[in-house]
This record gives sequence, C-alpha cells and structure tokens, in this order.
Amino acid sequence: MLIWLQGKIGSLFFAIPLAGWLFLFGLGGGIVGLGGFTFNYAAGFSYLSDDPKACANCHVMRDVYDGWNRAPHHAVAVCNDCHTPHSSLIAKYAVKALNGYRHSKAFTLNEIPDPIRIVEFDRQIVQDNCVTCHGEMVSQIFHANSQAPTDCLTCHAGVGHGR
Amino acid sequence: MAQSKPSARNIVWLVAAFVVGALVMAGLAALLVSIQGHKNEAAEYPLRVVQIADNELDPAVWGKNFPREYDSFKKTEDTTISTTYGGSIKYSKLEKDPKLVRLYAGYPFSVDYSKARGHYYALIDQKATKRQEVAAQPGACANCHAAEAPQLIVQLGWENFNHTPYKQIQDQLHIGTSCADCHDSKTMDLRVTRPAFINAMKARGIDVNQATRQEMRTYVCGQCHVEYYFAGDNKILTFPWTKGLEIENIEKYYDEISFKDWVHKDSGAPMLKMQHPEFEMWSSGIHAKSGVSCADCHMPYVREGAIKVSDHWVRSPLTDISRACQPCHRQSEAELKQRVLDIQNKTHDLIDKTETAMGDGIDVIAAAQQSGATDADLAKARDLHRKASMRWDFVSSENSMGFHSPQEAARILAEAINYARQAQVAALQVTKK
Repeated sequence: MLIWLQGKIGSLFFAIPLAGWLFLFGLGGGIVGLGGFTFNYAAGFSYLSDDPKACANCHVMRDVYDGWNRAPHHAVAVCNDCHTPHSSLIAKYAVKALNGYRHSKAFTLNEIPDPIRIVEFDRQIVQDNCVTCHGEMVSQIFHANSQAPTDCLTCHAGVGHGR
Repeated sequence: MAQSKPSARNIVWLVAAFVVGALVMAGLAALLVSIQGHKNEAAEYPLRVVQIADNELDPAVWGKNFPREYDSFKKTEDTTISTTYGGSIKYSKLEKDPKLVRLYAGYPFSVDYSKARGHYYALIDQKATKRQEVAAQPGACANCHAAEAPQLIVQLGWENFNHTPYKQIQDQLHIGTSCADCHDSKTMDLRVTRPAFINAMKARGIDVNQATRQEMRTYVCGQCHVEYYFAGDNKILTFPWTKGLEIENIEKYYDEISFKDWVHKDSGAPMLKMQHPEFEMWSSGIHAKSGVSCADCHMPYVREGAIKVSDHWVRSPLTDISRACQPCHRQSEAELKQRVLDIQNKTHDLIDKTETAMGDGIDVIAAAQQSGATDADLAKARDLHRKASMRWDFVSSENSMGFHSPQEAARILAEAINYARQAQVAALQVTKK
C-alpha cells in the first residue's frame, strides 16, 4: 500500500517542472504568511479566550464594555459567562464560532444594526445562564419543568451591561 | 492449557467471582436508584408535607406546604398601611368625601361605602356592610368575596347560586380569599375558578385555558377586580365586555339592554354603578401594553434567605417600591414615588372637579323637576347625567387613583365633566322654556 503511494507521488513530482513547484510553494507560503499576519493583526487568538477586552476589539462594543464595567455582574461574570453556553466545551466553542462568523460578516459588510439587539438564539443562551448561576435562588418561581419557564430578562435586562 | 475437569480451587474462584459480581451490580443498582430518588425529590421540590385535597379551601392547610407564601398571605390582615389614596385602613368614603352621598342618592352606596382593605377582609367586610341591611343582596355577591363560591355553584347550580338571597347562603360562607381561588391543589399552577370571568373572556373570543403564564398572573386577579352586573331575574353575575373593555363600549353594552342599577333620587336619571374596574383600566395602560401583569407589581418576587418567592401580601406597591418598581425602573424610590403621586394627585383633582360639575347638574335637574318639568322634558338632561356618572364612577371606584392608565383616566373624567356640564345646560334650557 505504502509503496504504491510512494510510486504515485513520484510520478506526480516529475510531471510538473521544478519552476512550477517553486511557484506553488512560494504562493502557498505567501498565503500562510499574509494570512498569519492578518490573523495576528486582527488579534485572532484573543477570540479563543474569555477576556472581555477581546469583545471590545470592535469599537461598536465600546458602550457595552463600559456598561459591563459599571454593571452589577462586573465582578462575577465576563462576556462569555453569560453569552456562551456552559453545557459543554463543544457547545461553547460552536456558539463562539457562530457568533464570530455573524459578527465578522456584519462588521466587514458594515451591516451593523442600530441599536444592536440580541437575536433570539443568543437571548435563550443568556436566559439559560441566568439559571445556571441563580437556579437555586429562583427554584420556587422559575417553573423549570413547565412549558414556559419564567423569563428573567424581561425585568432584569440591565444586570449584564446596563441600559 | 484449559483443564479437562475444574479443580476445587477453580470452583472457589468461580464462586468468588460470582459473589463479587453480584455485590458490585447490586451496589450499582442501589446507587442508581438513590440518584433517581434524589432527582425525583428535586423535581418534587418543594417538599410536600401534606396532600392538599381538590376541595380544600382553608389557606392554613395549603400553608403547611408553602409556609413562606402563607406567612405573607396572612399579612393581608394588616390594617396599618396608609398611603395617600389607598392602604389597608377601612375608613368611610362617604365621610371623607360627603359629595358621594348626593352622587349615589337613592342607592345603597349612599348609606355605606367603605374603603376596601386587604384580601383577608373580603368576606368579613362584605358580611358587615350596611348595604346588606338597606337592600336584599343576591348570592351572586359571594362569587368573588367567598372561597366557597365555586363549590356552592357546583352544589346549587349557576342560576340558583346567583339568585339565592345572600342572607340565605351566608352561613355557608366562612373563608374570604383563599389559595384555591388561584392555584391548582395538585400542581400549584395558576388557574381561574370563577365562571363569570371564564364566560366573559369566552364571549370575547379568548380561551383562558390557552393563557400564557404571564397572562394568568393577571387573569387570576381579573376574576374579581372588574366591573360587573347581575343579569336578569336570576341575577347572573355577568361582565359587560362583549363590545370591549373601554367605558364607551361598556356604555354601549348597557344601553343596548337598557340596563340601570338605580334611579337617582334627585335627578330621576337611570344610573349605572361601576364597581372596581381595575382589570379594564389596567388593560388600556402602558404597563399592560408592556406585558406587565398584576402580580409583577402587587406580588413582586421577594428574597427570603437563599430563594425568591412571590410576595403574597397583596397590597399597594408604594409600600415596597424597591421590589415592585425598581427591577425595571432604575430611578430612585423617592423619584418613583413622586411620579406615582403626581399621577394620582392630578387624577384626584379631576375627580373633584367632576363631582362638583355633577352636583351642579343634579341641582338644576332637580330644580327643573320641582318647577314641573316632565319626564320627556328632562330625558336628555337625565341621559347626560347617566353618562357623566358612569364615567366618573369608572375612575373613582377604580382603586389605583388613575395610576393603572393615567391618560385614559384623565380622558374619561374630561368626558364626564363635559357630560355633567351638558346635563346642567340641558336642564337649564328646560327651566328657561
């Protein structure tokens, strides 16, 4: 099996002239280099973290970041504590990826709505996280097992990052 | 390698393996069952120490399972709350505002009209009011003021229960407001129990069984805090809502059936009494439009130790502004209280002016009557008096002093003043003829 593969690669190598190979490898290296530089320039690695400053990379989030600094949950929760699910690591990073895609698209195409409103999918994540931390406190009034549990955010919308 | 015949040692090992296997599996099963039991307990939380029967009306029994809610529920016995326009003190409205005696002349409300107080007194005050002495009230009154009502309705039948004289059934009434009025005894889910409310909503095309939780947090109160009348000879408790909840639509409803509650002693006008239309008034306000229910303000969540429960001491939100208002409104308590008072003061001022205008109207109609004006002559003036009075009463008997819907309250009173002055003019034109 391995010998057969080696044979195939060998014939491919000799099918394209050396100059062609040099061009292909040079182009590939260029893409990696430019891509890597862009990734670093856009602080790409920061988005894998939970650091609130990463969310504030986009200046459109500046008010939200300021609001969070003054809000009741400042000392106990960062952005991802409320806005990403805690059920599993996969869920968390899947949501990060989804949100990241939507944010990048909106930012790149300049399609940022004014005012920014959370979408239903993400609002449900926040609502679930209210209960993740405060579940015992609201055990009597949340009605978790019912068809329509109580909604925290209707009244307590400001606790994350103010008005 | 494998032996042809098991030796004694091998048999011992086999038996030992069997026993260990059995013990391990049994242990795992026990652990699994224990975990399942704990999970069921969590779902059953809070722990129920007694089973509440379907027909249990005594709040003390319900309170065994829900001591926190029961403790706050009992506080409705309090008689010390005094807000500017409300509270839990039973004073005579007729003494506080003597104009009312004239405005209700010819009706039991001109004899006794006390400020309502806590739910604890719902039945007590109903049995004690002098309005029971000057008029024969029907059992329909007990629909809202007694916890026994739903069961008596089943026992006697809807028509029978409503038209049986109150004095005849009052010995069967012992409990005022009760947990059973609003909660299912098995699941504690909110539920409506009063047929009149269910019927009225059905007539408007609303199925109360499809209500969301937030809607139910208003509907349970809407069972009783409404305008009503007793329809027909059977005195069936009915809400005048088929055309809509606004005063104009309620007026159309009553006019179409030529309904009157009484004839005014001084003006001779066919009058309508409006009773506590909190549900109707709330419906037109900004809080209703924003999805805020009765319970959000009047039974706010309160933290007791490590958990939150609904405060069952139903009372003026002004006594607990931080819990009732501040979760949504971030201003200071002083500022919020002032805002409420501003609204209530303005409403009260308009009510005062309305009452004066109505008094003037009654004066002129009565004088015209004295000078020999006929019923035909006075028909227009009397109709205007009726229109003015129902509007004034709608706002005056509503217990928020305009707060539930400030603009609507002011609008209704403006119309009332207009009609009252028109009544005065109409009667003057009769006199001048």
